[in-house]
Amino acid sequence: MKTLPGIAASSGIAIGPAFRFQKADLCFECSTVQDPSAEWARFQAAIETACEQLAGVCAIAEAECGAEDAAIFQAHALMLEDPELLDGVRAAIEEQRVNAESALADAAETYVQLLESLDDEYLSARAADVRDITEHVLRILLGVAESPTAGLTTPSIILARDLTPSDTVLLDKSLVLGFCTVEGGPTAHTAILARGLGLPAVVGAGPEILEVPDGAMLVLDGSHGTLLVEPDEETVATYRTRRAASATALAQAREQAHEPTVTRDGHRVKIVANIGNVEGARAALEAGAEGVGLLRTEFLYLERASLPDEEEQYQAYRAIVYEFGDRPVILRTLDVGGDKELPYLDLPQEANPFLGLRAIRLCLARPALFKPQLRAVLRAGAGRNLKVMFPMAATVAEVRAARSVLEECRAELLAEGKPAAEGMEVGIMVEVPAAALMADHLAAEVDFFSIGTNDLSQYTLAADRANANVASLASGFQPAVLRLVRDVIAAAHAQGKWVGLCGELAGEPLAIPILLGLGLDEFSMNPPVIPLAKQIVRALTLDEAREVAQAALELDSPDAIQALVRERVPAANVW
Amino acid sequence: MPEITLTIRHQVGLHARPAASFVQTAKQFESSIIVTHGEREANGKSILKVLTLGAEQGATITIRAEGKDADQALAALERLIESNFGEEE
Repeated sequence: MKTLPGIAASSGIAIGPAFRFQKADLCFECSTVQDPSAEWARFQAAIETACEQLAGVCAIAEAECGAEDAAIFQAHALMLEDPELLDGVRAAIEEQRVNAESALADAAETYVQLLESLDDEYLSARAADVRDITEHVLRILLGVAESPTAGLTTPSIILARDLTPSDTVLLDKSLVLGFCTVEGGPTAHTAILARGLGLPAVVGAGPEILEVPDGAMLVLDGSHGTLLVEPDEETVATYRTRRAASATALAQAREQAHEPTVTRDGHRVKIVANIGNVEGARAALEAGAEGVGLLRTEFLYLERASLPDEEEQYQAYRAIVYEFGDRPVILRTLDVGGDKELPYLDLPQEANPFLGLRAIRLCLARPALFKPQLRAVLRAGAGRNLKVMFPMAATVAEVRAARSVLEECRAELLAEGKPAAEGMEVGIMVEVPAAALMADHLAAEVDFFSIGTNDLSQYTLAADRANANVASLASGFQPAVLRLVRDVIAAAHAQGKWVGLCGELAGEPLAIPILLGLGLDEFSMNPPVIPLAKQIVRALTLDEAREVAQAALELDSPDAIQALVRERVPAANVW
Repeated sequence: MPEITLTIRHQVGLHARPAASFVQTAKQFESSIIVTHGEREANGKSILKVLTLGAEQGATITIRAEGKDADQALAALERLIESNFGEEE
């Protein structure tokens, strides 16, 4: 048995065979063909197959991500059928008698270079599309399995260098038991995907995982961040028992998922969901969410060529708010910066985008970006339980400025005779240490706080969560982070304001007793964790939670804090 | 050979979705379709060629069509561009 350590990215235990997600090398030689017309026919058949497969991918992308994201695959289809490209290939095969692989690679390379030579970011990105479709057709011509996942036929643990969004679109989720990647931190795409699907994941486990042979028996422990290769029977049995115990706890939790969240002594808190689109809204309701603590709005802005207008945003927000009826929904305004590619915004290149012009800073600097969103929010919130919050606020001046733009938008809408929400609750994300330290002043400016522990940990520990070398430092269990959380909650309560928490920490079973004891009012998390989180709260009294929190905050390390909760709160020690 | 001259008003120019819509429309006709922008010329049914025209917002392009449905093809492409590719402005 071999133990490979990594970073715990999504809780749970998976036991099953290894499946390496690896893109095959496409090797071929330039050769002369005897029968050019047969070669051309072989090429045309490959194009036809590629088009059929692409139509399938496009349908999946549309179902999973929506029509906007699927548009890229439609462009790929047009490229596959491009008459100029195909003519070039045909000429090379028929006139120079070269094999189809070389003819295609050469013809495509001409376009790749042409597109890259044009000084235009958008067109350079299209060069990558041409490479994609070329590889796709080459795979078919060479008889290489049509995709890296083609061999995935039994439920397996996926081992990969990293997974891109388009890789994950192609994965048959019913055959995935868990993920383990070489690279990445707990906020890498794979980690987020795994938590969204409720599957265990370990990231940043190093290149050794790619040496594990396909089919090797594995135990993936997503709670402790380890991958066990070919474990002995006794170890597997222990993990099976643990997995069964957590499955039982989960089954019980699901039965009561739709009941309120009350401690044994009658203290009520809210368990709500983090969502990013209307499909997420439905998943959240099914999981028992009492509302939405974080509605991310970036989905409307990413991977597209132009800014979404007010009407499009209004329709999208309204659709989500409608799903939740009377239950509260907190919408977070646009949270992007120089690390995201939004070609239509022309964001400046920054050396440190996470310390740069992002989130509320960017929105305040660009009214043409901010105002259509606020107008859409106010319209969607009319007569509904919609609240708004601003990400990355660090100072009182920023909060006042943002509120005044909101008021301006409301006045405009009313002057235009359009409906606009009255007395909409306004909050901020507390995710910059400066905001946490100034919580007493900021509490006077808002109706609520939502603590964003992912960024708060990263900024407090000065550790990039996406950098596997330092990601483990940026844990929400760091005593420094928990002290800030304690102080923010106390400052808000002193002024009668309520506090939510929408970072990963809110859905961590071992963190829930501490946060409850610190007085947190609302826990916002990924939908799959909701039933279990409710169950943990129900197992405690407020006094028990307070004692755990007080003892935890006297400790000096994340490990000691987690060990304490494991020992004191059996209900939270579920994995 | 009939031809029309038009201005691209769409903010991304004849790129991305507008380019795809243009090519999809052109491909519905039998006639050959040639687009010129300045000194560059492209087969209107080739997404790769249309993209490399570099027709930005405000660019003036000329479209020629040759074949039995040439007039219908030009009318359809004109409608597409005049409607700003079916998007609001």
